[in-house]
Amino acid sequence: MATAETAPNSSVAFVVNGAAVTVQGHPMSRLLDVLREDCKLFGTKEGCGEGECGACSVFVDGVLVNSCLVPLCQVQGSSIETIEGLSAHPRLRVLQDAFVRDGGAQCGICTPGMLMAAAALIRVRDDADEAEIRTALAGNLCRCTGYVRIVDAVVNACAELRALGGAT
Amino acid sequence: MQPAGPPAYPRRMHDGAWVGRSVSRREGSDKVSGKLAYIDDLSRPGMLHGVTVRSPVARARIRGISFGPGVPWDEIVVVGPKDLPGPNVVKLIDVDQPLLADGEVRHCDEPILLLAHADRAVAERARAAVILDLEPLPAVFDLDAALRGDVIVWGSDNLFREYRVHNGDVDAGMADPDVVILEGVYDTGAQEQMYIEPQGMIAEVDAHGVTVRGSLQCPYYVHSALVALFELPADRVRVIQAATGGGFGGKEEYPSIIAAHAAVLARKAGRPVKIIYDRVEDVMATTKRHPSRTRVRTAVRKDGTMVALDIDFVIDGGAYLTLSPVVLSRGTIHAAGPYRWPNVRIHARAVATSHPPHGAFRGFGAPQSVFALERHLDRVASRLGLDPAELRRRNFLRQGDRTAVGQVVHEPVDLDAVLDRALEMSNWAEKRARFEVENRAGGPTRRGLGLAFFYHGAGFTGAGEVHLASVAHTEATADGRVKVLTASTEIGQGTNTIFTQIVADAVGLPLDRVDIAEPDTAAVPDSGPTVASRTTMVVGQLVRDAAAQLRTALVDAGLLAADADRDQTAAAFGPAVAAYVERHGSLRGQATYRPPDGIHWDEKKFHGDAYAAYAWAAYVAEVTVDLRTAEVRVDDFVAVQEAGRIVNPTMAAGQIEGGVAQGIGWAIYERIVWKDGRVRNPQMTNYIIPTAVDTPPIRVVFVPPFLGDAAPSKGIGELPMDGPAPAVLAAVAHATGTEPMAIPMLPEQLMIILEEHRHGDR
Repeated sequence: MATAETAPNSSVAFVVNGAAVTVQGHPMSRLLDVLREDCKLFGTKEGCGEGECGACSVFVDGVLVNSCLVPLCQVQGSSIETIEGLSAHPRLRVLQDAFVRDGGAQCGICTPGMLMAAAALIRVRDDADEAEIRTALAGNLCRCTGYVRIVDAVVNACAELRALGGAT
Repeated sequence: MQPAGPPAYPRRMHDGAWVGRSVSRREGSDKVSGKLAYIDDLSRPGMLHGVTVRSPVARARIRGISFGPGVPWDEIVVVGPKDLPGPNVVKLIDVDQPLLADGEVRHCDEPILLLAHADRAVAERARAAVILDLEPLPAVFDLDAALRGDVIVWGSDNLFREYRVHNGDVDAGMADPDVVILEGVYDTGAQEQMYIEPQGMIAEVDAHGVTVRGSLQCPYYVHSALVALFELPADRVRVIQAATGGGFGGKEEYPSIIAAHAAVLARKAGRPVKIIYDRVEDVMATTKRHPSRTRVRTAVRKDGTMVALDIDFVIDGGAYLTLSPVVLSRGTIHAAGPYRWPNVRIHARAVATSHPPHGAFRGFGAPQSVFALERHLDRVASRLGLDPAELRRRNFLRQGDRTAVGQVVHEPVDLDAVLDRALEMSNWAEKRARFEVENRAGGPTRRGLGLAFFYHGAGFTGAGEVHLASVAHTEATADGRVKVLTASTEIGQGTNTIFTQIVADAVGLPLDRVDIAEPDTAAVPDSGPTVASRTTMVVGQLVRDAAAQLRTALVDAGLLAADADRDQTAAAFGPAVAAYVERHGSLRGQATYRPPDGIHWDEKKFHGDAYAAYAWAAYVAEVTVDLRTAEVRVDDFVAVQEAGRIVNPTMAAGQIEGGVAQGIGWAIYERIVWKDGRVRNPQMTNYIIPTAVDTPPIRVVFVPPFLGDAAPSKGIGELPMDGPAPAVLAAVAHATGTEPMAIPMLPEQLMIILEEHRHGDR
């Protein structure tokens, strides 16, 4: 495999958190590195680099992906959302607040990815039961919490969102 | 600065308005917004990326190092043992471990050479191009072979440390005609901490000195190691903790090595250097939980009375001594459990092998010895036809009893209350009976319920806290705020929030008037390492005392009414501090650790008051075993403990839940596969930690403190690591009628046990 230093650069244009960007880079650069190093969006974390831990979860065109497994060339023309963009959605703020209040974040390194995974679920539906929530979060590893309070936070956020009503 | 002295309390104690409440995490909003900067999120102008060349073999003579083609070597900064500014040692308990192997390597993935380049990809390519000429030497990986001395890899006998505990007459107890003797050997495997943030450091070196920032638990451990390496005065070395993504002990001692590596590269390069381990390197090179083997032999009367206990406890320390003596010490002290044994003999050894050094991991030796004893007691109960809970209950330590190392239990402990709550919540008697009936009916699955009872001592072992002599500072400012200065790190467990609650109560202020200083050795005193469940219990008390001094000083100066309530204090505090500072220059508090009265530990005799406080716990696991696949599923988990006063119930429960999940992982998911001393599964793909669907509901209860509502807090960080593995294995034993004796017990291992059991039945 060619390394980033020797391979040809290509120009890739996409949208991050609503802002258009163009990045010069190796087409096989990891989206994770592009977000962190080129876009200076450090909220997306690297825990394993092989798609196991989910700390680098982002949305690409609304789909939850591990950004460590997505090459730059694949996001040409895509719209990407990261944890930094999450706060712009009032309904997702409810989720963040629940994580703080209910103890869903401890060391915090898995938290951005965990929130992205929870947001992916909540965007689709706000009436998921505990088993569905656990399944939705199973691609995101946390070593601090034992998941109890993360699941609680999502359950409580869902209840609040149902009470608020309205669309995501 | 106020003189250090006995803690001065306000004359009027305040209602504990914040302590006891589930206050939200201080840095919570920065964590959920992604704003908090961890070490890999930071950089410095002109920074290089450092990488580490490591040994692919366990033991070898280094004949030569050469540099292969295809790399711009003139651009690469190279540091070997000859380039160090001072002694080539990692300063810890001993000085046997080099920062860079010089002449000989003693374990796989031992650092040999350091490289740095501005482009991390180039640095990686250079690492791959280094050619090591290694002449293999005999290595030893097996505990028995190491004990026999087949190959000597450390000292004259491969023995890092040995402890003996001897109470009563074990041989006479074993010879008692009314006892049932049972013996068993219990094994535990290495466990990876698997914090989600891999280790990393950034170092800068200039004419003034050395500055490092990084992911770490113990700023002053790193500081001490750098002072020794650079042979600089203490004030010319500065260590700052960056936001840290989990530790669990894994960032207790190893960060000293990474910091030193980054610093020596930075010194040679004349530019800042960042070293970030990727997951594979982190798992292969850094410390893990010590594997252990424990032989337990007991004499117990038919009515369940425990008569004699004989334990041989061995842990694999790896190639260098590191923290193994202290891990062994804690494991030894916890080995007899919270039971009355009139006759106890424990022989404990930490042994050198050619594995990478094993190190600190939540529980620190206790989970290993607790696993052995609790698994064994379940087998004893089964032999005697006693309910496992009943066997334990009949031998509980009571107030006035002595532990195996001779510590008198002064607390009015009520272990029955702890046990009863766990039995009631798990519906123990009804479910045990029902599962036994259902299991006899056949079918592809079996269910079981298992119990572990244990205690865990908080704070440093023995005289450790006295030697640490930890210090905490506070400072009040004219804008009406209080700053807390300690070296205690926030690694997810809640240090910053807990200290805020304690200080707000001690001074009588709202939470938002309290600031927590960044752990920076240039600014904070040495309040000891953030380990051993000591932060809330030990440092929290110092923080409280140092904060209370601020209020007392204002009251004594006539600037604050002694009986000012919280609202009055909030209003008057700022002007009062301003007036005080105008008169005296500053308003500061300082508290230094003093041991509680009557606490004495004799290290030579390994006897006495091992810990200032113990938390007590009963854990129950409910499992389903699929006989077709040998998979174990934990369906429910009950964790009941007495841990003194709980400062923040949500965070405290979060500690227990996280520890239980790690304990379940250690028991049935997490297996380090070794081949010739090297980790073969250093990835999250093949070293499996529990996910949200593998983890059961964990029902946590803190029973009312034995010392009442005003009880001090006890440490809880490590406690929850002790109980899950024996409880889960007991549940599997109950479900299947087998006697599993070793962890990790993955389906592959359980399948063999089930097969043997089936053949045995015929």
